[in-house]
Amino acid sequence: MTATATIAPATGSPGGGRPRRHYGTHLFLVTMAVMWLVPLLWTLYTSLRPKAVTDKYGYWSLHGSINLDNFTAAWTQGGMATYFGNTLLITVPSVVLTLVLASMMAFAVSRFSWKFNLTLLVLFTAGNMLPPQVLAAPLFEMFKNTPLPYSISSSGTLLDTYYAVIAVEVAFQLGFCTFVLANYMKALPGGLTEAAQVDGASVWQQYSRIILPLSRPALAALGTLEVVWLYNDYFWPLLFIHSGDRLPITTGITNLQGQFLLDYNMIAAGATITVIPTLVVYLALQRHFVAGLTLGASKD
Amino acid sequence: MALPPSTPSAIPSDSRLNRRTLLKGIGGVTTALAAAPLLAACSGGSPQAAKSANATSLGSGLSDPVPRSAIQAMVDAYKSKSGATVKMNVMPRAQLVDNISSYLQSNPEDVITWFAGYKMRYYAAKGLLAPVDDVWEKIGGNFSEGLTTASQGDDGKKYFVPNYNYPWGFFYRKSLWAERGYKVPGTFDAFLALCAQMKKDGLIPIAFADKDGWPAMGTFDYLNMRTNGYQFHVDLCAHKESWDQQKVKDVFDNWKALLPYQDKAALGATWQEGARTMTGKKSGMYLIGAFIAQDVSDKAILADLDFFPFPAIAVEGTDAIEAPIDGFVLSKRGGSNKTAKDMLAFFGSGAGQDAYAAKDASNLQTAKDANTSSFSELNRKGAAAISGAKHISQFFDRDALPAMANNVMIPALQGFLKDGTIDTRNLEAQAKSLYAAE
Amino acid sequence: MSVMPQTTLPSAAAAPADVSVPPARSGRVRRLSGRDRLVLGLMVGLPTLIQVVLVWIPTLLSVGLSFTKWNGLNLADIRPAGLSNYTYAAQEYPPFWPAVAHNIIWLAFLALVATPIGLLLAVLLDQKIRGTRLYQSIFFTPVMLSMVMVGIIWQLVYARNEGLLNNLLGTAGTPGAVDWFGDSDVNLWAALVATTWRHAGYIMVLYLAGLKGIDPSLREAAALDGANAWQMFFRVVFPVMRPINIVIVVITIIEALRAFDIVYLINKGTNGLELLSVLVIQNLVGVGQVIGVGSALAVILLVISLGPIVYYLVRTFRRAD
Repeated sequence: MTATATIAPATGSPGGGRPRRHYGTHLFLVTMAVMWLVPLLWTLYTSLRPKAVTDKYGYWSLHGSINLDNFTAAWTQGGMATYFGNTLLITVPSVVLTLVLASMMAFAVSRFSWKFNLTLLVLFTAGNMLPPQVLAAPLFEMFKNTPLPYSISSSGTLLDTYYAVIAVEVAFQLGFCTFVLANYMKALPGGLTEAAQVDGASVWQQYSRIILPLSRPALAALGTLEVVWLYNDYFWPLLFIHSGDRLPITTGITNLQGQFLLDYNMIAAGATITVIPTLVVYLALQRHFVAGLTLGASKD
Repeated sequence: MALPPSTPSAIPSDSRLNRRTLLKGIGGVTTALAAAPLLAACSGGSPQAAKSANATSLGSGLSDPVPRSAIQAMVDAYKSKSGATVKMNVMPRAQLVDNISSYLQSNPEDVITWFAGYKMRYYAAKGLLAPVDDVWEKIGGNFSEGLTTASQGDDGKKYFVPNYNYPWGFFYRKSLWAERGYKVPGTFDAFLALCAQMKKDGLIPIAFADKDGWPAMGTFDYLNMRTNGYQFHVDLCAHKESWDQQKVKDVFDNWKALLPYQDKAALGATWQEGARTMTGKKSGMYLIGAFIAQDVSDKAILADLDFFPFPAIAVEGTDAIEAPIDGFVLSKRGGSNKTAKDMLAFFGSGAGQDAYAAKDASNLQTAKDANTSSFSELNRKGAAAISGAKHISQFFDRDALPAMANNVMIPALQGFLKDGTIDTRNLEAQAKSLYAAE
Repeated sequence: MSVMPQTTLPSAAAAPADVSVPPARSGRVRRLSGRDRLVLGLMVGLPTLIQVVLVWIPTLLSVGLSFTKWNGLNLADIRPAGLSNYTYAAQEYPPFWPAVAHNIIWLAFLALVATPIGLLLAVLLDQKIRGTRLYQSIFFTPVMLSMVMVGIIWQLVYARNEGLLNNLLGTAGTPGAVDWFGDSDVNLWAALVATTWRHAGYIMVLYLAGLKGIDPSLREAAALDGANAWQMFFRVVFPVMRPINIVIVVITIIEALRAFDIVYLINKGTNGLELLSVLVIQNLVGVGQVIGVGSALAVILLVISLGPIVYYLVRTFRRAD
């Protein structure tokens, strides 16, 4: 990064060589940054002001007190704790399953060569890119007609269960993760597993003791990315979950909107609460998230 | 918080972070394993409870604060009377209505808040609802003949228990009208003249809101009934009449005369936002159901509300009224639950309906033994209007095929509000295709 | 799609017969033990089974259902309908052509406005300028949010009387206030601005990663030749970035076809916000369930999507073998 920065004379250097070249750039960037931040700050500001205050002074004003009442109200009245719990119940198994299955698949197609290697990889990648709406009706009907005992599903079918959401999330994310991991594993030196093989290591041992540990960075990046994506997913729970108290947060937040109709302060508070976990991930694991995004794109 | 150089090859160098994330990963697996039984618990639960001797569940689309507390009071009254446990699932009204088909097919509660009309008969005919004839043996004497008929499916069995109904009409603030000297118009011409006067006075003559698509159907229903009569309206809804005929075009021609007086911002506004322009005296009147009172928290404004029937146009004067009936249906699975039926019987009694009405005074109880002594003047007037009407319609989206109402009429009416054009030939083509698919 | 039947072959029993260690890598081919073959078979078979059952079979079922009439309630009610669902969609169904137009506008806007903004930000921030990390973090934040959250946040900005925008314009509370998400003349553009807020940051991150990977000596050489910033970008950087450029083109197209959440949140994709993806869902799961028509629309969406998908796959995998 330092290397990239010092070589381009046209772009100047921090040592003070030709700083004037950047005034226009900064002006543009600051303008854009303000435009990018304003919606977030407006949301935060609205959420901090009691409804009574905005009713009195209007939303566009600096008058009146500021407190966290909307947050506690949105949290309790909106039942957001339940939504967050549901998100956890969907996201954690989905991400773990996706990574386990994708790493196995990637290992098999990248470290061994056999007939349908490429075909499968192509199919997996293509599946990930389909618009989910294309699969909606058949999946709905398949799940509706899959009977389950009432002891594990109150609907008696796969509908309105987390199993349905998790299964489809896993199937849909498998393609992307397999693609990324296969590329990553292909880049690992072939001698690693070869030597292990000579020592009599089984396929499972090669996978679990050699390739998987070496793939940790890619798994960490994908894990972060998938957590955020699944946290943000709206569509599949919308399609399969029909009990209000089983919705995950991103789908549930839209109920809040119906519930707090016209109460923009409460909606803003609910939105802010929903954004917080993503921001925590952002601050703590940004590099993994970005790495995950770009791993898929910057294949060579 | 630097953005890292993020080519794949650049990543393995940082092993410190990797270890940390791996630990996190292990934590994740543990959580996942721990979550598995929890997951089962969350996806299960209710049916066992529902099947145990004295428990049932209620899926409610009454999500606005007033009706929400009212249905809660109704359920509480049943709970204290019977000692049963009732699990409530309150979802936004639009969610219940839009997803009713998938909801009924997937995991519905035993008892569900629903509506009379084709919208009930349709799902009954598809086998998604359970008949409640045994409940009607107990409550039958409580209801008028009209309500009894309205609770029947196409096979003659009962599938519905009425709770309340409410009239649709033009609501307005008496004080504003007195101040400006407006008079209730009896004919369409007088009505248009009044609108013109209001516009001149700087008001939006008719408050209007159609973001959710259904409110505009109220205007269509009345215009059609007043222009072509009740029977034609019902036959059109059932697609026994063609949409591509002069009678339907006449309806929209009459509507065109109203368009300049209806709030231009309708397409972005919910019915509550529309109500506020009227209660805030920015608009003169509002064609809406009596449930508008739910959204008025100020007692003084509530006492200032009045309504008049949609004026006469061509036929039958003001004989027909739009007065939808809201109530309850039993899901297929709830059909085997005695407690659910017991609760429905309570909901069909005066005691049950009074518990509801105590919290939501905007609607009118339907049971004969309900207590109407607490009726407001507005309620009494509404009840009189309904009992005096020769014909009662439900509402377009309750009288017509759901796909027709939802997929065809909503966009067609929204398009009409936008530019004043309607393609009746296309309406007929779509109706043909949709009704044929049934 | 023609390769579909093959995916059923690598089941636990069939696949291992073909498996061998790649000669190029190991130099010696060793037959795997029965247990290893079973393990490998499971490693491939299980994910493949999930993929086939939950992605590819439903896709084929969608195609099949598009030639039927069905209300979605009882399997026995399915009746053949030939091509009638397609003719209905194209000739009778009023929202169809507006939805196609809106998808095209969506794509054009992303391609001509949102993506270029992302590219511009990436190129500017690739320079060693003060605060580049802070800028990057700011532009990147919306990428972390779901489209639902983007919609809710912008609803607060766009609200007719309470929103930030109309207050800034001074029209809030007056009859002249524009209802940004409600007025069908502007709501598509308002939704696109909100989408750009997120999309541009996404593109920026991808492109920035690519820029950082460029061999510095290339730029040095160009600089020595006296290339200005403009020439540097279009003659040196852009051509080297070809693989990333392809990814960005594909992402832009796919995102335009997948757009759903934000318009569904605003008004369920009606009144000026019709998109193909929403029409599919309205016909499939809404109160007016018409599975045949919904599936026909889904197939149309599928066929359009296959274009960029196949383009990308060919580009990506051609060099692999």
